[in-house]
Amino acid sequence: MSSGKTGSKIKGYIEIDQELCKGCQICIAFCPKDVISLSDKLNSSGYLPVLFNDSGECTGCAICAVVCPEVAIEVYRG
Amino acid sequence: MRKVYTRPRLLKRVPFHYCPGCGHSVVHRVMTELIDEMNLGDRIIGIPPPGCSVFAYHYFDVDMAESAHGRGAAVATGIKRAFPEAIVFTYQGDGDLAAIGTAETIHAANRGERITAIFINNAVYGMTGGQMAPTTLSDQVTTTTPYGRDTKIEGYPIRMSEIVALIRGAVYIERTAVNSPANIRKTKKAIRKAFQAQIDDLGFSLVEILSPCPTNWRMTPLESWQWIDKVMTKEFPLGVIKDITGKNDAD
Amino acid sequence: MSGNSTIGEAAIRAGCQCYFGYPITPQNELTEYMAAHLGRKKGCSFIQAESEIAAINMVYGASLVGARAMTSSSSPGISLKQEGISYLAACELPAVIVNMSRGGPGLGSISASQSDYFQATRGGGHGDYRTIVLAPSSGQELADLTHRAFDLADKYQIPVIILGDGMLGQMMEPVEFKHEAPEELPIRGNALRGAKGRPSRIIKTFTSKPTELEEINWSLFRRYQLIRKEETAFETFLVEDAKLIVVAFGIAARIAKGAIKNARTNGMRVGMLRPVTLWPFPSEKVKELAKRTRHFLVFEMNMGQMIEDVQLALEGKGEVSFYGRPGGVIPTPSEVLRVVSRLYHQKGLESGK
Repeated sequence: MSSGKTGSKIKGYIEIDQELCKGCQICIAFCPKDVISLSDKLNSSGYLPVLFNDSGECTGCAICAVVCPEVAIEVYRG
Repeated sequence: MRKVYTRPRLLKRVPFHYCPGCGHSVVHRVMTELIDEMNLGDRIIGIPPPGCSVFAYHYFDVDMAESAHGRGAAVATGIKRAFPEAIVFTYQGDGDLAAIGTAETIHAANRGERITAIFINNAVYGMTGGQMAPTTLSDQVTTTTPYGRDTKIEGYPIRMSEIVALIRGAVYIERTAVNSPANIRKTKKAIRKAFQAQIDDLGFSLVEILSPCPTNWRMTPLESWQWIDKVMTKEFPLGVIKDITGKNDAD
Repeated sequence: MSGNSTIGEAAIRAGCQCYFGYPITPQNELTEYMAAHLGRKKGCSFIQAESEIAAINMVYGASLVGARAMTSSSSPGISLKQEGISYLAACELPAVIVNMSRGGPGLGSISASQSDYFQATRGGGHGDYRTIVLAPSSGQELADLTHRAFDLADKYQIPVIILGDGMLGQMMEPVEFKHEAPEELPIRGNALRGAKGRPSRIIKTFTSKPTELEEINWSLFRRYQLIRKEETAFETFLVEDAKLIVVAFGIAARIAKGAIKNARTNGMRVGMLRPVTLWPFPSEKVKELAKRTRHFLVFEMNMGQMIEDVQLALEGKGEVSFYGRPGGVIPTPSEVLRVVSRLYHQKGLESGK
């Protein structure tokens, strides 16, 4: 799965399990590229999960996955 | 594109029951990752006495057993003495290890039991709704210190790692935290060294982990992670408290 | 050999691998025996724990991994172990717990007593559970019942309590050990040995779904019924023609036997029922005896505890008298003989009514 939006060389991207995420927003605080934001659509447990903004900024550094208390993030790197 | 990070193999694929931002699940992830890396999966036995983490056996895909509150160190002793080939860890909260289970902790360490105590210090009794713990900070408000912990009446936050460090059977003690990527990595390294001390038959090891508890601290998850650096580590300084394993840094 | 040491030797011969104890009179010789004879035995472990609470939880740990484990104490120490025993019962873990009981309540006395009957047979810990309770009354029985305790514990995956007393523990008697220590013991199938080549395993009962815990209770109670049917044990003495039956266990039964022999020489038709398993209690045997004999005298070294089980079994079809001495007082056979003969004549049993 790679994003073709900007066509530039994609360094990395992440997949966030919308059902596992509890919207604690820790990843948003620690992401060095600010590419994660809070969704406005509730998941089935009633949390507002977070979303990955695939703007090509993501370097696949995996900081978000390291801090995620729900282990809900998988990281891919180019 | 290759996957560089995924859910550890030994972490069961079930949602956590922990509150958003809780440190327990971070420690679970770190430990299951480490157990796999050290390929201890088929000889490790975990003991999670009551506390929020009593349900750890729903998440760790290794042999686990329930223990009475406070008796984790004694149960682990019995396991290790009866089956020395096993790698045994307890996964205890501050109430379990430093209040009701103080004697078991001190004496297991004093006998140099080859077990590893994972000690989650979140300064409150989480599962039961946020009461004072032995590690509650002075002036900290909990449901049983509604006016803030008054050291004249309720005593001081107890520094278990420093106390256990005086016990000669204890060979490796480190206090870490799981409130930032760097600290989370240090936690993993500390547990690795603790397990190694057990594997090398050196003695008792203890890793105290400062862990955020947003719900009972009445903070947002992020505030609780920051509170650890701003306040908690003043009372409970991070770092290696004792290391007589004669090993320089493993990696 | 002293009773306490006999238990130690019998346990080792039964393949006991772990002993975790704590000093308390009148059972110290057992702890010392295990320190000397089990401590250095290959594959075995002895710990003098920091408390009776720690000791029972160490037994729990050893039992988790399939080892034959034992702890021992006396009355106050056994009180401290009750929570641990409840956990053992709940998680279906075999273990042997020895109580060489002493006078109570409170710090009590260090002399022999039977005042822990309720604690042992009704379960002193929380929750609906039962433990098998064996009551030796001689040195030889200490050896035989200790061995049996380990076998019963493994067979039914249940904690087994040996309810002795300080006197039995201290008495020196000739003993014959009928078993050698096994070289190898099979590891219990569901033990925790690390998830090598099999899925990981959890031993627990804590659950957020009451129906799950209910099912655990039902399955435990089905097993208790089986034990009641298969393992109830007792001894009868001269009951066939008895007009008065003494019901006594342990050391009290031995004292009563002396009195009964004298009563017989004085022409009194007196017999005795001695429960060997206090749980399961031999209720059926009491019912059967009540068909021929109307009068029962329950004799205990306490304020009257086993008497309740006798009354429950009789369901009113029999007259039950009681004679007891609490606090660690050791009654003498002649004392019991006086009680028996007074009762015998008060009830007019000599006239063959």
